[in-house]
Amino acid sequence: MSRIGVAFDKARADGRAVLVGCMPAGFPTVEGSIAAMKAMVEAGVDVIEVEIPYSDPVMDGPVIQRASDLALAGGVRTADTLRIIEAVAATGAQVVTMTYWNPIEQYGVDAFARDLAAAGGTGLITPDLIPEEAGEWLAASDAYGLDRTFLVSPSSTDARLKMTVEHCRGFVYATALMGVTGARSQTSAAAPILVSRLREVTDLPVGVGLGVGTGAQAGTVAGYADGVIVGSALIRCLLDAQDQATGLAALRALSAELAEGVRNPAR
Amino acid sequence: MSVDAADPAAQVPDAAGHFGRFGGRFVPEALVAALDELDAAYRKAMTDEAFRAEFDGLLRGYAGTPSLLYPATRLSARAGARILLKREDLNHTGAHKVRNVLGQALLTKRMGKTRVIAETGAGQHGVATATAAALFDLECVVYMGEVDTQRQALNVARMRMLGATVVPVTTGSRTLKDAMNEAMRDWVANVDTTHYLIGTAAGPHPFPELVRDFVRGIGEEARQQCLDLTGALPDAVAACVGGGSNALGIFHAFVPDTGVRLYGFEAGGEGVATGRHAASITGGSAGVLHGTRTYVLQDEDGQTIESHSISAGLDYPGVGPEHAWLHDQGRATYLPVDDDEAMAAFELLCRTEGIIPAIESSHALAGALKIAPQLAAELGREPVIVVNLSGRGDKDVHTAGQYFGILDKE
Repeated sequence: MSRIGVAFDKARADGRAVLVGCMPAGFPTVEGSIAAMKAMVEAGVDVIEVEIPYSDPVMDGPVIQRASDLALAGGVRTADTLRIIEAVAATGAQVVTMTYWNPIEQYGVDAFARDLAAAGGTGLITPDLIPEEAGEWLAASDAYGLDRTFLVSPSSTDARLKMTVEHCRGFVYATALMGVTGARSQTSAAAPILVSRLREVTDLPVGVGLGVGTGAQAGTVAGYADGVIVGSALIRCLLDAQDQATGLAALRALSAELAEGVRNPAR
Repeated sequence: MSVDAADPAAQVPDAAGHFGRFGGRFVPEALVAALDELDAAYRKAMTDEAFRAEFDGLLRGYAGTPSLLYPATRLSARAGARILLKREDLNHTGAHKVRNVLGQALLTKRMGKTRVIAETGAGQHGVATATAAALFDLECVVYMGEVDTQRQALNVARMRMLGATVVPVTTGSRTLKDAMNEAMRDWVANVDTTHYLIGTAAGPHPFPELVRDFVRGIGEEARQQCLDLTGALPDAVAACVGGGSNALGIFHAFVPDTGVRLYGFEAGGEGVATGRHAASITGGSAGVLHGTRTYVLQDEDGQTIESHSISAGLDYPGVGPEHAWLHDQGRATYLPVDDDEAMAAFELLCRTEGIIPAIESSHALAGALKIAPQLAAELGREPVIVVNLSGRGDKDVHTAGQYFGILDKE
């Protein structure tokens, strides 16, 4: 059973893709991030991806790095992330957590799984944890009924794709580009190929991330994927804004544009 | 390379790169294919006579190894121990690091890659990488924290003279760990053409094992040289530990010799109790950083804490996973040496032997001076201590000049 599967089932019934919007916990503040995530939900984002800020985020580009640094400088703790997840899940939106592995290991893998489940989180996306190293997380996620999203990449061999999806529950995250997070002017040509390779080995929904920043791009990705994952472009709305109100307005506008995009898949 | 069943270090890591509970691969999936490719190339090379011959030829004919094992007589008289210095400072580019970069540059060629990237703190690994890149006609990009590019402007110029591009890193704390993050990001994006030439025995599998094997000649040479010189193995081997490649390099051959004590000296900075240090084993805890599980300087939430040391080359908040394992096994002893102790040893070696050591290596010297009396008491005689003098101090002249207040006013 998958917690996040509900969102994908609903979108599939509507003939569209799920929109996943990412925001670091505690950016710009704990309360500010809750407000931003709620605004995204109201504007049509289906799933909120709450990223736990980490001091050494090797998979992230400059925008998420900067937002994470600001959140950490503001003193956000792992326990605050759980509070944020609880507040956003209370709106009825699905919440998935993205985290580098060390914060979870230090919190305690089983303890984090227990508290995440209690907060209403659906599961984890783990950018620097591959299934071979995930023994403790596999056990804890089974124990608390949480979803597990591992990443696959265009460079993954067929054997690794198969092995990785066998360890996923909920959805699989296809990194569309060879590179770090950040909006690009064009979405990747490698992404549809990777998604079709995944279809050969799994029935799990496939989310595609890295590089999407506009409604049109969201529509393109929605044409072949089950989920469109957007991070940097949304975060930039807040980073670039003069004040919170302006930032939230820009965030709502982009969320709405992306939500429209996933409802108009390019086929 | 022969595998000795009696050698505990020959049994680690396992096939997935685990040294007991340490090591492994904590990386984005995008890098797994490249790590597998590297692993295959490395294992093939290690059993390939032609590769061994080419590597050995470069070590002898280009890098100037085997390095001397020098009996430091005047220093010994002060130390109450017979101190033998493994003179890695005499290698081309001035440190042990040339061994690792030559090995990895050869592998890069074998994998058909045309570009190498590296991270550097003090600039020594960057200079060594730029050197090998020039020799092997590879494009070279070196990531260096902006703070370090200012502290080590001379090495930036050296890298540029050798044809490398130096990229100042302005994220995070703008030091070595951030340079490593940025190099990983570059690698994720350019993995088809690029080899990430990691400068120490850390990072994801197979790097800790591979780097160790490229530098293990230090200990193999020193072991034989000590036997030739003294007719016996040393009582102790001492090395400084940042990431820990020079220490593993000299320890490895001695690990099966259980009568030889192994000492790793970490950078104690302003003192471990002050929190301003780089002693990951003594003052850190187990965690995941830069692709491996090891001892890390971190807060309760697993956020990396910035390290501090007068030695830029030891100024790193993690340590190679094999050291974490040797520590847990009790096979090696890790102790902190603070900035002042290291600088006192730096000055002593200058004045007694006419050798200006790297500040990194001065930590090993200071540590040897510290353990000598208790070792002498335990053994009831003058102990023989091999100290890895891993690098020369030319790069540190400015830092040392400031520390001792001997620079003319600018």
